[in-house]
Amino acid sequence: MSGDRARRRGLTRRDFLVAGGGATAGLILASCGSGPEGNPAVSGSTSGGTGAKYEGPNVSLAFWNGFTGGDGPFMKDLVTQFNSETDNIEVKMSVQEWADYYVKVPQAVASGSGPDVGIMHINQLATNAARTVILPLDDVAQTLELQEDDFAPIVWNGGTYNGQRYGIPLDTHPLGFYYNKKVMEQGGLDPESPPATGDDYLAALEDLKSKGIEGHWVSPFLFLGGLQWQSLLWQNGGELYNSEGTAATFNSEQGVAAMTWLVDLVKNGYSPANVGQDADTIAFQNDKNAFNWNGIWMINAFKEIKSLDWGVTQIPQIGSEKAAWASSHNFVIMNKEGQDPNKIDASKVFIKWVIDHSVDWAKAGQVPADNSVRTSQEFAALEEQSAFAEQLPYVHFPPPIPGIGDIDVILETAVSEAVLLKKEPADALNDAASTADETLQENAEKYGTG
Amino acid sequence: MATQETTRVTASGLARSRARAATRGGPQKQGTFTPYLFMLPYMILFGIFVAAPTISAFWISLHNWDYLLPGKPFTGLDNYIDLFSGSGSAGLFWKSMWATAQFTIYSVPPLVIFPLLVAVVLHQKFPGRNFFRAVYFAPYVLGVAVVGILWRYLLDPTVGVINYYLGLIGLPSDIPWTNGLPWAWIGLVGMTVWWTAGFNAVIYLAGLQGIPRDLYEAARVDGASRWQQFRHVTLPGLRPVTLFVVTVTILASANVFGQPYLVTGQSGAPGNATRTAIMYITGEGLGRFRMGSASAMSILLASILAIIGAFNFRLLGRRND
Repeated sequence: MSGDRARRRGLTRRDFLVAGGGATAGLILASCGSGPEGNPAVSGSTSGGTGAKYEGPNVSLAFWNGFTGGDGPFMKDLVTQFNSETDNIEVKMSVQEWADYYVKVPQAVASGSGPDVGIMHINQLATNAARTVILPLDDVAQTLELQEDDFAPIVWNGGTYNGQRYGIPLDTHPLGFYYNKKVMEQGGLDPESPPATGDDYLAALEDLKSKGIEGHWVSPFLFLGGLQWQSLLWQNGGELYNSEGTAATFNSEQGVAAMTWLVDLVKNGYSPANVGQDADTIAFQNDKNAFNWNGIWMINAFKEIKSLDWGVTQIPQIGSEKAAWASSHNFVIMNKEGQDPNKIDASKVFIKWVIDHSVDWAKAGQVPADNSVRTSQEFAALEEQSAFAEQLPYVHFPPPIPGIGDIDVILETAVSEAVLLKKEPADALNDAASTADETLQENAEKYGTG
Repeated sequence: MATQETTRVTASGLARSRARAATRGGPQKQGTFTPYLFMLPYMILFGIFVAAPTISAFWISLHNWDYLLPGKPFTGLDNYIDLFSGSGSAGLFWKSMWATAQFTIYSVPPLVIFPLLVAVVLHQKFPGRNFFRAVYFAPYVLGVAVVGILWRYLLDPTVGVINYYLGLIGLPSDIPWTNGLPWAWIGLVGMTVWWTAGFNAVIYLAGLQGIPRDLYEAARVDGASRWQQFRHVTLPGLRPVTLFVVTVTILASANVFGQPYLVTGQSGAPGNATRTAIMYITGEGLGRFRMGSASAMSILLASILAIIGAFNFRLLGRRND
């Protein structure tokens, strides 16, 4: 579960175990921040070396990320290999919970003591760009000769904000459809042909139910209920927000239909009521749950359970089109005041090297963003990862709007209220939409993007 | 949580009672500045870690403040006024304040009464007494993360151990301990009592040991029953300790964060019914980087707690020498 936990944190973040003192501590630090005056982002100062080679004096790069789960060792190995192949650059990797990471990095960067290079999720790029934590990387992409053709378009385009590029995509991690073969057999289903359409899906659940099996446990949390609902909303042709990102549209007919579909799984006895955090995944691992729409990051966790007989494929098409939720890890270069240009050059070399070696990263349970890696024989050999990669043409990310992560907790509340049968789906989503509208307006005002 | 705070206060409380005993033996003349010099080290720490941040928080609360954005417009009392404006986010803040109030109301009585009973029992002489003292105190040494994860799996409605055993003895096995009401409160209060009761029990135990034996002997000579001894010797003897326990427990409960965050989730399932004030303020300040309004909320919460604390001292401290 550790991988799942880590990723959950990464995307929901806000975990501050230091509780009572947390808010105050943040404020102390906050009042010490130096602010973005003299911000090189404005002058776009990442230009310099080519990224192919670094020939300056020896430098040491601080590389921060949140790979606390099973993915950590894979990145660690890449860093070790890079260090042994490169004489004049030494990368020091430091890992912390994503939740802490997204709080600490801005403070550290503002004080000049932060990392030189880091990883950020695609839905964090706009926020950190607007808050001048990270540098625009258009020239990096240019000197590294990275262009749209090299990457899956959605991932490549997701890394931009205000017409500038802020992230170099490393991977995509979509939601997929895991099925437990043992439980399917118990329900009289063919474990080699998981349902692919809405009708087949409900028919399979009905078969399972007749054998006393609740086949699709619906989680009332953002992970995974909220991600499943978003996938269904996109499948119905809906959108989370209007194109300017100033108003919520997830309470549309499509959004309500998506939520109703999930809630009906509970009402019709295909899912227990009141599923706890991660209980859907635990039940899947314990052969109690047949179907689990979960992230690609669960591949290695499931593989470790020897008694588990499972497969994974694309999320079934319930709505009118294909769609799946996804996120993406991106390399970013930090906007440190008075940063040594040599370090920026060295960072480019490091980023380029990791992207080129991202098939090793794929083994951690990721779809590489780079086309040449993704179409390689070596990646094709990763059966499960390849199944996820099929979804790449139709995965969806949240829009690149600063502060968009703030809406996650509002979405989670709606999912919780609807799936726990506290409110009708439409009421839960309407309430959430009016809160979200207020938040989006406040953010537009704050970041001047309205 | 308020752990460090409480430890510090206890130590100084004990020092104070010892000092008082010493004064009775015969006061000594001391220089005018001596008491202040003794207080200086603490005052420096207090100034750096409590007073300065509080003043800074108040200053921040008068602005729209994101430490990374160039503009931090001064907004006067707008952040405070917004909290009373009836807007959606103000509603969510007050809902979280109500969640904190509920947790405090439900958790303080058991956390004050149960440890007292434990302390009275552990004060008796019986074989294995030290072992049981350690057993009751043991959970307190665990961090909130450990306790939270542990109880999340115990309390889980569908795959949890508690519901499993309830089912085995023929009781309902589908109680939503982590995402239904009032069950979530029962779960959160229960785990908090398990976790922190030992600390309060140790304080009570220290208090019990401070009650002179001869008082009990005198009561026995006068023919007082066990209950009468408890009622008229033990309870009055524990008054100052009880005041301390009540005050510290209210503060600790009002600052509850880790238990709901880990057990009922960051939005406080079901819906956001168990999202407490500190959870909301943390999200506002460190999640959304709206430090101005988060500071205003903190100051409001702190003011309310200060009033409750003062009231508490008046009520329980009245007959204290």
